[in-house]
Amino acid sequence: MSLEQKFLWFFFAIACLLALASVIGRVLARRATSEGAISTIENLNQRVNAWWGMVIIFFVSWLLGPNATVVLFGFISLFALREFITLTPTTLGDHNALFSAFFILIPLQYLLIGSHWYSMFTLLIPVYAFLLLPAIAVLSQDTEAFLERTAKIQWGVMICVYCISHAPALLLLDLQGFTGQNALLLFYLVFVVQLSDVLQYVFGKLLGKHKVAPLVSPSKTVEGLVGGGLSATLIGGCMFWMTPFNFWQSLLMSLVIVVMGFLGGLVMSAIKRSLSAKDWGTMIKGHGGMLDRMDSICFAAPIFFHLTRYFFSVL
Amino acid sequence: MWISNALIAVLRLLIGVTARWEGPPDLTRQRIYFANHSSHMDTLAIMAALPPEARVNVKPVAAADYWGKNRFLSYISQQGLNAVLIERNPAPGTNVLEPIFDVVRAGHSIIIFPEGTRSSQALPGPFKSGIYRLSETFPDVDLVPIYLENLHRSMPKGKHVPLPIICTIRIGNPLPRIAGEDKQLFLERARDAIVRLSK
Repeated sequence: MSLEQKFLWFFFAIACLLALASVIGRVLARRATSEGAISTIENLNQRVNAWWGMVIIFFVSWLLGPNATVVLFGFISLFALREFITLTPTTLGDHNALFSAFFILIPLQYLLIGSHWYSMFTLLIPVYAFLLLPAIAVLSQDTEAFLERTAKIQWGVMICVYCISHAPALLLLDLQGFTGQNALLLFYLVFVVQLSDVLQYVFGKLLGKHKVAPLVSPSKTVEGLVGGGLSATLIGGCMFWMTPFNFWQSLLMSLVIVVMGFLGGLVMSAIKRSLSAKDWGTMIKGHGGMLDRMDSICFAAPIFFHLTRYFFSVL
Repeated sequence: MWISNALIAVLRLLIGVTARWEGPPDLTRQRIYFANHSSHMDTLAIMAALPPEARVNVKPVAAADYWGKNRFLSYISQQGLNAVLIERNPAPGTNVLEPIFDVVRAGHSIIIFPEGTRSSQALPGPFKSGIYRLSETFPDVDLVPIYLENLHRSMPKGKHVPLPIICTIRIGNPLPRIAGEDKQLFLERARDAIVRLSK
């Protein structure tokens, strides 16, 4: 199968899944009678519609080439950091540091990916931004809660820019027998993460009884986690034809992605709660904000990136 | 029109500017929108939050000492935003509010910032009496409170570049009329209407 064929099959399969979800949503909407059921189904249909939008955006970015994909993730980082900072109590003294984070750091990080400068891509935020952002903030001489403010900005930048940027960074890996096909790997990652989220949601709604961490995230259930996680892992394993992995390797990679994605959802949910918010934003109808959709990617992408690089790159 | 549309598009991308209405608005009535003031983007943010058909007839009130400062700002404010410029420090004997009275008489809705200046706080400072005089002169025009959330964080006084922080425009129901209300009580009630929206 040629590269283009693989892509087209991949998107065709997703379109079929979504079409099926849309049909099921319509049927359920007609059958729902109780108030709770109606609002759940309405939210479900909003989610499915948003999925159509997101898949179309990814499809177009693939048509436009790798640079467009990098730019797309740059904007995802921008919107994610925007939500993070909106909920974080920053002050006037942080203005210049935040300006640098938004308008210098984000473009620079994605420029490094676009120009395939791997070492600088891994260092820019943990080293340079780590030291320079507080240095910029300190010039305003506002010492009130300085450590807290600095730590929060640091965390926002790490999660929203550094971690998310590891997804498009898959494009700069040089993998054995996989030259020119890295975009497939990026879609593989995004697909497994999101599929795991969706299946956990579906299994949770259908069978969910025991909550995993009710104080952190009331919607996550053991049944959802096990049922959704395992089926996403299995489906991910079967997607090995998109990757440089064989079936077993793909199965293990999917398992790592699913577990990291789950942990990411949990941690981001705890942060959201500590900032006393229910959703990160309202950008994506039915899902909440950009970070509500990206929380699992934030945790899964860096680990997937490093495992793939360590075990599969050309020596 | 294209200037305001372009500016609004940039603003949307940057700070979101989602509108939250307390109740469904009656946009057929003439309205005086009054809001807390914390950044140079406030007027544009309110314009962006209003539905396009309501935007056409709205004239924001802006300070001539800033928005008339040079030809660029003056062009943006008058051609792009359809603003009425007023002198904050008028010559003795002239009425500061006269240009505003004229546009309200002509049937336009307006946007005013009753504090008269930008504040660096989340909540508005004390109101100047202009809004009281408007309300006395035009008892049939609706007074609509607006709370601008987070704009003081996005572009605080003294900073020239806005940060992408999501700003929400909370638009309240019109202020009820109380006949013969004392000026000070009215000003406090108007300010409280905005404070209430911030909660």
